[in-house]
Amino acid sequence: MNHSIIKKITQAIAFNIFRIMSVILVAILFSILAFIVYRGASYITWDFITKMPEEGMTKGGIFPAIVGTLSLVAGSMIVAFPLGVCSGIYINEYAPENGFKRFIKLMTNNLAGVPSIVFGLFGMSLFVNTLKFGDSIIAGSLTLGLLALPVIIRVTEEALKSIDKTYREASYALGATKLQTIVKVVLPMSMPNILTGLILSIGRVSGETAPILFTVAAYFLPKLPTSIFDQVMALPYHLYVLSTSGTNMEESRGMAYGTALVLIIIVLILNLIANIIRHFLMKKIKHK
Amino acid sequence: MKKIFERIVEGFLFLSSTVTTITVLLIILFLFREGTGLFGKSPTEEGFTVAVNKNNPVSELNAEQVKNIFDANIENWKQVGGKNDSILVFRMDDIFKFYTEEELAGVDTNMTLLASKIDEVIQKNPNIIAFISSKNLPANPSSKIITIAKINLSDFFRGEEWFPTSQPVAEFGIYPLIMGTLWVSFLAILIALPFGLAMAIYMAEIAAPGVRNILKPLIELLSGIPSVVYGFFGLIVIVPLLQKTFDLPVGETGLAGSIVLAIMALPTIITVAEDSIRNTPVSVKEASLALGASHWQTIWRIMIPYASSGITAAVILGIGRAIGETMAVLMVTGNAAVIPHTILQPMRTIPATIAAELGESAKGGMHYQALFALGCILFIITLVVNLTVEMISKKRKQNR
Repeated sequence: MNHSIIKKITQAIAFNIFRIMSVILVAILFSILAFIVYRGASYITWDFITKMPEEGMTKGGIFPAIVGTLSLVAGSMIVAFPLGVCSGIYINEYAPENGFKRFIKLMTNNLAGVPSIVFGLFGMSLFVNTLKFGDSIIAGSLTLGLLALPVIIRVTEEALKSIDKTYREASYALGATKLQTIVKVVLPMSMPNILTGLILSIGRVSGETAPILFTVAAYFLPKLPTSIFDQVMALPYHLYVLSTSGTNMEESRGMAYGTALVLIIIVLILNLIANIIRHFLMKKIKHK
Repeated sequence: MKKIFERIVEGFLFLSSTVTTITVLLIILFLFREGTGLFGKSPTEEGFTVAVNKNNPVSELNAEQVKNIFDANIENWKQVGGKNDSILVFRMDDIFKFYTEEELAGVDTNMTLLASKIDEVIQKNPNIIAFISSKNLPANPSSKIITIAKINLSDFFRGEEWFPTSQPVAEFGIYPLIMGTLWVSFLAILIALPFGLAMAIYMAEIAAPGVRNILKPLIELLSGIPSVVYGFFGLIVIVPLLQKTFDLPVGETGLAGSIVLAIMALPTIITVAEDSIRNTPVSVKEASLALGASHWQTIWRIMIPYASSGITAAVILGIGRAIGETMAVLMVTGNAAVIPHTILQPMRTIPATIAAELGESAKGGMHYQALFALGCILFIITLVVNLTVEMISKKRKQNR
């Protein structure tokens, strides 16, 4: 009897410690978000989003940085999305279960673990110097695209894996070829998961700084790019510059808060979209 | 016809699946091609030499000796194995100490005149050591070029001085950078681990499904926030806080980096650890409960040991991420390339060094190559981390 009371008390203590630690953690994480939202909110105006930076980046807006980040996201996804999905399809649907498949998966995992600054070094050495693209949107997009590639491959693989074998067999039984089965049955069913992965990797790409430092990012460039061989400003690099090496750090602090908030809002919106797709499209498919 | 088309598509899909492998190989090729170029080179800047009087018995010096001579830490030739004579240091600018401006008139246009003047100086001073442009060495000099020990791997890893642009010899000792990286990353994991594990256990076993459904997307959201934003937060909030709390001259310290990194590593640790705890088979859990163990006992004695390899993987992955993280660390650790003694002093990590210095290093120069060599080290570390995690998860699958 006594023993079981001790057991209950230990459990209560342990569970409450975990509860408290979790609450503290959530509070800390939440306060980081709240801090930036609270401090940044007053700087976000229409002008801030749509104007060029002025007076050594202490006034004006961040429009070129937004355009720059958007073009980098678009460029890198043009590279990574088709390649990643095709690669995921091959690994899950075609590749025979042998050492080669394991090797490809291992390499994909390795690529996913390479630090972003190493991508920066690599991108600079290959795209900027060897292929002579110079600091340009195309060099930055290719670097970021390679960085996002393993994420998209993995997501595609997981999405395809989760489709039940019976769907494929039913399709084969109706006389469809392997390719027809993949294109008409498997891919549409796994699309919501693949799209979720795409959106989350957009979030990651839009916030990366280290890979673009030496491949595309411009310190201060108050004009819009006209070709893919132009340099651009980018939001994360802009925030880095404003908070560490701006000409007048005190006066550009407001700009920095605003930029940080814009970055967080981008991530928030993308996560929201990803969750919506996950919930609603998945339900729709299950009901079919 | 249909079959051929299917074949073509399959071939195309196969090609795209090799892209990651090709990329990894290209990364290795480009990184190591630049990075290994550093070794076997003389540490003086290209186009410059260190010379002494022909009669000086010293003909070889290592980089550290040269640096100490030019910094006036070594003042007698006896200290580097020569005669007992004080050392006279000569740099290009010092030419004006030996000649008046009239005597040097026309030097700007006539380089051979400058060369002969320098040769004269070296001839007149048997105790001289001169750092001069190779172009200024005349055809038949009265001087002798000093052979400086080439940069080698052991100096690179064990050297304690990182002065990649100093004259006359650059020093590429990455020991302080390695120590800075290790201190910052391991402390970060030490901070993150208890919280991460507590949260993982809470989410996997204790929290109501409703609470978990809120926490899960929140964690996902936090892992998506860019590292510059965390760095910015660290700079604005954590750095001043540390400065005030510990009464420090500067708040940008290794500890600030560790705290920011801990926050950033948490989502990875929580997700991986939670997954592995949840993967404990229900039968194992139920068997424990059926034997009369409480829920807590089951978690502590059964589920956590069962998930231990997954938790180890989470820790290793977390360390790997922390070692490679660049921007946030660059912004808050103060970036002083010294061997750390306490966590409350500025430190500099390997990725932060690359990010901070690559922009100002000349393409193809020694500094540039040294930074690529640092990139190689990072790449190797992450490769080891990934392979370890891979091995652990493979073992887990076999055990099941």
